Amino acid sequence: MEITLLINGAEKKLNVEPRTLLVHAIRDAGLTGTHIGCDSSSCGVCTVVLDGKTAVKSCTMFAVQAEGHAITTIEGMANGGKLHPLQQAFYDQHGLQCGYCTPGMIMSAHALLQHNPSPSEDEIRFGLSGNLCRCTGYQNIVKAVQQAAQMLQQPVGTAADD
Amino acid sequence: MIPAAFEYKRPMSLEEAIRYLAERGSDARVLAGGQSLIPAMRYRLAQPAVLVDINQLPNLRYMQQEGGMLTMGALVRDTDVEFDKNIQSRYHLISDVSRVVADPIVRYRGTVVGSLCHNDPSGDWPAAALAARAQLVIQGSRGSRVESIDDFIVDSFTTSVGEGELVVEVQFPIPSARTSGAYEKIERKVGDFATAAAAIQIELTEAGMIKDVGVAVTAVAQKPLRVAEAENILRGEKPTLDLIRAAAAEAAKIADPNPDARGSAAYKKDMARVLVGRGLIKTLGRLGVVVA
Repeated sequence: MEITLLINGAEKKLNVEPRTLLVHAIRDAGLTGTHIGCDSSSCGVCTVVLDGKTAVKSCTMFAVQAEGHAITTIEGMANGGKLHPLQQAFYDQHGLQCGYCTPGMIMSAHALLQHNPSPSEDEIRFGLSGNLCRCTGYQNIVKAVQQAAQMLQQPVGTAADD
Repeated sequence: MIPAAFEYKRPMSLEEAIRYLAERGSDARVLAGGQSLIPAMRYRLAQPAVLVDINQLPNLRYMQQEGGMLTMGALVRDTDVEFDKNIQSRYHLISDVSRVVADPIVRYRGTVVGSLCHNDPSGDWPAAALAARAQLVIQGSRGSRVESIDDFIVDSFTTSVGEGELVVEVQFPIPSARTSGAYEKIERKVGDFATAAAAIQIELTEAGMIKDVGVAVTAVAQKPLRVAEAENILRGEKPTLDLIRAAAAEAAKIADPNPDARGSAAYKKDMARVLVGRGLIKTLGRLGVVVA
């Protein structure tokens, strides 16, 4: 069936089966920043954000269900050439090693910060507990989210949010 | 992993949804949050011929307090509950559960009513609904009926919802000022099914006696279980440590768990006892009662 998805502000016309998972539709649309990890709704690497503040595992939603929602993927975070504060903070704090989990981590943290703009360390760890990282031990990921939260609280010099 | 092909229906009204469910009978499954159903379909554990996606139905995402009940529509997401200040301050059992269902991302999409309908013996909401004495509103083509959670839960993954019926609401009695609760859960990691868990709700009298109590356990039997003997031991009594120990022991007696990677049957039985005990002590602590 023909569907139209709004991904990072751009309409994409796609031909999918009802059973096509959102993650496959996004990747087939050329946006391969959203990764596939566990295929079992466990690891969170496929996390995207719906309507600005709802994180979803895009492997656990059918593409047809995303019609009418605004989808944000990792490719939609930077503003032109300027990294989103979360991306900048992951860079500054070395919040990644292999980087495979990073798109999901950033999208999940993005939703977290929409609901709780200044989370404590415990709240960050709790909020990101649906995202697995096998490299970092999470320390620098937590620091990165703390830095991003501070950057986003500053009114000047931060990237525009979606 | 890709699910088997299915026919997709996206009704825009409750009547249309119920018509599809009635027409297609056992071939049809309801798609709400999909956080259990879609993984089951990917593993081909479920291969419904028709999915009736209820996410576009109007007026099913609400939480209201009316007529002594907290009502939640069928599209209330776990995070709607988790982030709600009124839930956090007044509904201690429900608030506890809302923080430990699956993982934070799954909770953005998963629904409370969907979890009850799925009725996984390892799911968190059914035991909570038992302890809180919830009831469900089930809509069919000829009207709706209200059913207690005890009658609703039939067996593992089986409820009393018939073909052509849709659960539109769950109702929880509004707790009094002297009511509290707790949910105690052991899991190997965030997002795993519970190894064992216990849901507790207690209402005290003005004099500090146990007026009413709900005790239920997760993941230690073929279905979510009410520990009625524990409730009988506690009801009408003054809470003491001995009484709590006696009540908690009933959870181990009634538990009949399957051994698996999460633990042996003996371990899970004992954890049912431990978690009921912890939940009772935590609940009483929240009511300002320190048992000795």
